[in-house]
Amino acid sequence: MPISENDVTRVARLARLRITEAEIPQYQAGLDGILDLVTQLHESVTDDIEPMAHPQDISLRLRKDQVTEDDERDLFQECAPAVESGLYLVPRVIE
Amino acid sequence: MAWECVIGLEVHVQLKTKSKIFSGASTTFGADANTQACGVDIGLPGVLPVMNREAVLMAARLGIAIGGTINELSVFARKNYFYPDLPKGYQISQFEIPVVEGGQLEIQTAKGPRTIRITRAHLEEDAGKSLHEDFHGLTGIDLNRAGTPLLEVVSEPDLRSPEEAVAYLKKLHTLVRTLKICDGNMQEGSFRCDANVSVRPKGEAQLGTRAELKNINSFRFVERAIYFEIDRQIAVIEDGGSVVQETRLYDPDKDLTRSMRGKEEAHDYRYFPDPDLPPLVITKKELDAIRSAMPELPDAKLTRLASSYELSDGDATLLAADSDLANFFEEAVRAANGESRLIANWILGDLSSALNRESLSISESPVSPEMLGQLINRIKDNTISGKIAKQVFGDLWQGKGQVDDIIQDQGLTQITDSDAISKAVDDVITAFPSQVNQVRAGEEKVIGFLVGQVMKATSGKANPQAVNNLIKSKLSS
Repeated sequence: MPISENDVTRVARLARLRITEAEIPQYQAGLDGILDLVTQLHESVTDDIEPMAHPQDISLRLRKDQVTEDDERDLFQECAPAVESGLYLVPRVIE
Repeated sequence: MAWECVIGLEVHVQLKTKSKIFSGASTTFGADANTQACGVDIGLPGVLPVMNREAVLMAARLGIAIGGTINELSVFARKNYFYPDLPKGYQISQFEIPVVEGGQLEIQTAKGPRTIRITRAHLEEDAGKSLHEDFHGLTGIDLNRAGTPLLEVVSEPDLRSPEEAVAYLKKLHTLVRTLKICDGNMQEGSFRCDANVSVRPKGEAQLGTRAELKNINSFRFVERAIYFEIDRQIAVIEDGGSVVQETRLYDPDKDLTRSMRGKEEAHDYRYFPDPDLPPLVITKKELDAIRSAMPELPDAKLTRLASSYELSDGDATLLAADSDLANFFEEAVRAANGESRLIANWILGDLSSALNRESLSISESPVSPEMLGQLINRIKDNTISGKIAKQVFGDLWQGKGQVDDIIQDQGLTQITDSDAISKAVDDVITAFPSQVNQVRAGEEKVIGFLVGQVMKATSGKANPQAVNNLIKSKLSS
């Protein structure tokens, strides 16, 4: 199913990407191309193949439950636009 | 029309690890804002998550306890949404293959026991906290909680009343504390729940449209929020409207639920496997090790306590609900060589109120099980009276030494010298002639007053029953 203009706007909105009206056809074509590739993949026979969750055949490395990190708040907050009482300040979010 | 409500619960169980699920930052509650948020937690570019083994073991323990399947291979996924307290723009969670699938809990209802099925339990990281107080029209973000390990336990829509929902929550709450995977502190948000609530005409098989009530953190609020929501949905339908699928917030002050507007896109999370995290593998060998280290579960504990000790149903239930309390009880009974009912009274009475007063947990009790057992021994062998025992308990609580030392040092031993008691009784009979006459005239209850006077005169060290008998025999002659 080809990607519609609405799909492009919706995906852009979900990803918080600002795109102009004029850019829509370009993204439409790009996303269509990706879906074409997926359609091609669909044609391969995968009946006896277990789906993989990761490209490498490895399992998750686990670490010991211990505190190893020091407080580096001042360093981290140097690049924050606004801080107060140790908090990062951001534009108001209302639920 | 008769209505039936259908409830499913999603409980966020905060796992009691020292460090976060994917980083080595501390999880201690109540630290200064952002002092426990490291590069991984605040989502700095270039950092990589490394999974905490303890969180995996804890998830497996719950899975075993509810009789679920622990997947040998489970997968972490990114749940994408934008919110300032989620710095990466996605939450690491599990989607297609969670660590635990299936399982059940049995609850007691007014109509007898019911089995509530559990769909799944998956591991995920918590988000930070947004503080909406006034920061010059801005919102403050504290990321200390970001990355705290959560186990989200999702039930099937098997619950049929607010009371059943609470019974299920309490059951799960007891279980996670018994398994020592969560501190269960609801005020601090260590155990919080979302409730999916819908209504349908009684007898109808199809589910109604549900509303999701978010982040309720007390048993009482869960019950009230669901009650309100049921009434609201029935009113909407009876007025000819239809229930909208949406997220609602419970407002405890006004006792109502309110729609969270503008979240219509919030459920499009675009999950995909997290490329930073290969699949989580739990081998059969590891699972066997976890299984063999499982503690006694609450249901089994209750059955055993009720059958092994002389306890009222109420006391057995209270003790079984808290494994630390139950252990304390059993150790004290061993130390006293019996007297289970008396010991349960002390633990659930004087000891519990002292712990509550000072906000201590049973494991922090200054009075040990051995001390309590010894105290009971001294009541049993008539060294001290029950009244004096309370005084000794107070001294034990304040760390003034061992039971026998306290009794000895303060001369609290019950007076067994019958001459001494007899003299005290004679003195009281002489001192209170009018009360004595009342007793002689048949006003039996005035004896209590005279006994009280003798106890006072002997600083509580006489045996009240012996005093009572002695007064009776002296006055009847």
